[in-house]
Amino acid sequence: MNDLRATMETDIVCVGFGPATGGFLTTLSRAMVDADGATRLESRVMPGMPLQVLCYERADDISFGVSGIVSKARSIRASFTPEQLAEIPMATPVRREEVLYLQDPIGASRRSAGVRALDAVVEALKGALPWADHAVLLPWIPPFLQKHDGMVFSVGQLNQWVGSQLMGSGLVQIWPGMPVREALLEDDRVIGVRLVDQGVDKHGAPTGAFMPGMDVHAALTVVGDGPVGPVGQQLNQRFGFPAGHHQREWAIGMKAVVELAPDCGLEAGDVLHTFGYPEPEIFGFLYVHPDRMASAGIFVPSWFDSPARTAYRYLQHWMTHPRLWRHLKGSTMHSWGAKTLQESGRRGEPWLTGDGYARIGEGSGSTNVLTGSGVDEAWATGVQLAEAVIELASAGKPFTKANLDATYVTRRRASWVEQEAKVAERARDGFNEGFLRGLIGMGVTGMTRGLINLPGRVRRVHERLPSMEQYFGDRIPAAEISEIRRHSQATGTPVHDALMDRSGWPRIAFDGTLLVSHQDALLMGGKVQAAAGFADHVTFLDTAACQSCGEQVCIDGCSGQAIMPGPDGVPQFDREKCIHCGVCMWNCSRPHAADPERGNVGFAAGSGGLHSPIN
Amino acid sequence: MSTGFHIVVCGSLVPDLLQTLEPVAGPTGPALKNEMMLPAVLDPWAGHALFEAAHLAAKHPGSKVWLVSLGPKAKLQQLMMSIAQKVPFELVAIDGSASGFTDPVEVAAALAGAIEKIPTLDRSRLLLFGGCASASRDAGVTVQMVGERLGITDQFLAADEVKVGADGTLTVLERVEGGQYLVSEVVGPPCAIAWATGNLPEPPNNPQVGMQNMRTLMPSLQKAQLAALSAQGGTFVSVEVPKQERKTRIVKDVPLDEMARDIAEWIKG
Repeated sequence: MNDLRATMETDIVCVGFGPATGGFLTTLSRAMVDADGATRLESRVMPGMPLQVLCYERADDISFGVSGIVSKARSIRASFTPEQLAEIPMATPVRREEVLYLQDPIGASRRSAGVRALDAVVEALKGALPWADHAVLLPWIPPFLQKHDGMVFSVGQLNQWVGSQLMGSGLVQIWPGMPVREALLEDDRVIGVRLVDQGVDKHGAPTGAFMPGMDVHAALTVVGDGPVGPVGQQLNQRFGFPAGHHQREWAIGMKAVVELAPDCGLEAGDVLHTFGYPEPEIFGFLYVHPDRMASAGIFVPSWFDSPARTAYRYLQHWMTHPRLWRHLKGSTMHSWGAKTLQESGRRGEPWLTGDGYARIGEGSGSTNVLTGSGVDEAWATGVQLAEAVIELASAGKPFTKANLDATYVTRRRASWVEQEAKVAERARDGFNEGFLRGLIGMGVTGMTRGLINLPGRVRRVHERLPSMEQYFGDRIPAAEISEIRRHSQATGTPVHDALMDRSGWPRIAFDGTLLVSHQDALLMGGKVQAAAGFADHVTFLDTAACQSCGEQVCIDGCSGQAIMPGPDGVPQFDREKCIHCGVCMWNCSRPHAADPERGNVGFAAGSGGLHSPIN
Repeated sequence: MSTGFHIVVCGSLVPDLLQTLEPVAGPTGPALKNEMMLPAVLDPWAGHALFEAAHLAAKHPGSKVWLVSLGPKAKLQQLMMSIAQKVPFELVAIDGSASGFTDPVEVAAALAGAIEKIPTLDRSRLLLFGGCASASRDAGVTVQMVGERLGITDQFLAADEVKVGADGTLTVLERVEGGQYLVSEVVGPPCAIAWATGNLPEPPNNPQVGMQNMRTLMPSLQKAQLAALSAQGGTFVSVEVPKQERKTRIVKDVPLDEMARDIAEWIKG
């Protein structure tokens, strides 16, 4: 079959098109030719021509990013003029920023003694506080969290706009709908990438229409495939991490893009952050774009220890909190989506370079976990790598690890990205020991600029997730949990709804426009699709481990209901419903047989996903 | 047919049909809300025509495929990065609205004008392909009018299959009323064929094909002429997207027969 495999030579191949690659290609393309079109950075594979630069993106369109963000946008502003920034759809300057502490108006939230004490203090003083609708408006936002001079973006629209500028230049090619399977290695040198095979069955076996993924050889492979990208994972597994580094902290961000009602009380540029509800560990956000569109969602972190964590139902409970419902009532869902966030920050930084490759963006550990900022940093790392490539290509130097370290890594270490990441490195450790400790820890870290941090033992997900009996034991008898589990297995449904119902959470009253069933969100929130002829990208590595797993968090955590109970106790995966959020990869409560830093779920390159341009 | 066909496919983009579409009144007439923000796909009927064209060209050496597309240049550029990986073709881009709210007479004039300017096109070998309908406007008249402007009198609408005989005769399977087919024979080009769904699956993305197409894509986009679409051709009395009925009911333990009856009643309206 390999005889059919085609090979192509290029100068630079990029894996994934997101903000980091956008920053890289924007900066690089501007240096490739003179104003009169003469070549400045010459190709080695096509002498006389400019560098040949290709970018392969899994999603079917370059506009399918999944994030509504608020960002200081320092690096993005540095790349474009104000007039250009004004062209980006759904982008707007921050007008007003608020942080709200949400109390639990239902009584179902699982609150520690410390949080209950905080609630009691708020309740006692609410007459003197800016309190309304079971929420307190914080009178002051710590400087490290402020985005006052920033911008609200839809990352989908940002990507689309940037990609359009790039392709219009004619200097780089961005190919959507083409997942990269793996990096090609010769010893420890990356010599390019292999694209995924097509015309295969769900197990990857060739069918009659088999087309082996092409090998793209390149002097430099730029890895910007995000937190759960297959090439990034492959390099992590091949080369390991620098001493003391690991990727154990994650979050799933789930949100809807909604059209607000005319009387919603919000304006473009308004930014609301929330914490405290539906569970203390779950943070929320509401960012208002122009034309009464808003991104509204939550983050469910890996240190929220429920084994039946369902971001979707928690999202709906968050939306219907009285303080949020004040703004969201009457809204219509236009889009919905979820994405994994790599929350280890600088501590999750892998080796940034090697012979023939460099890593940028979220997968390279650029997200700042103290300021809650990732896109700005990702873009900046792309710019830094582009400047390094320009320097090396201009000097005719090869893309060796030494040369990339001397140019790219040196720039990154000297930049604000690194300085702020160092401050943030241990900012969230406290959350591993409890919500309040984490909150105080973040404050202390931020206010002392990283000099003082509250410690916490950062555990792997499989080390920290309790069993269902342990977690729900105070509310549901073990026998009933067993029955719920048995019923779930028999009916092929997740357990989370039954467990939450039984724990006191009210059922969501669907309104058909914003509050809809999970399946309807998949239908209304964009387009979930998977082209035919690709293998399953989610696999269960040790099926015996799955069969003995009492939690099967992969099912309850699945953002698209693509993983469901299987008939033999092994979860079954439906590729056509997967939105590629990657939450199954890090949520597994069973360790990988050979590598305890990994779980028992494989997440490889695959086609399809959730497609909505306004996410 | 040693010299092969010159196949010109007329087809452009439509907003992705699974996105939320909302008609609004624009300064020059009806438009779709946030149209430029919506992801675009190749009009499905035009897609069938393009894939059939590529299939036919591959079987007949010496053939060549052009895709003549009228759409906003920036959106065409984005769309082409997906389409160009599917099959080999040379793009002829025309800059203009593809909203579906344009006058098909003007669209046909723009397309025919662009086809006439293709320098290497041999009109005696011309097969004019397009969709028999459009996802943005189901008028189904554009291919006919382009054909008329190009002087093509042999026209076939809603075709599902074209076979080429050893003597070059084309046998065309056309959909007609009542689920029946009309089988026609034509001695050869030039002729116009507006495709229904055809029989071919969507080809996989092939990066080599993409690279091959890229050689002509960007130059074509860069020199795309602005189409003269005056928006004066007609008046839209009302505009609405096809209705998508969604009724969600949560019920438990309903017998299958009852569910089937419910669905049948719902379909009947």
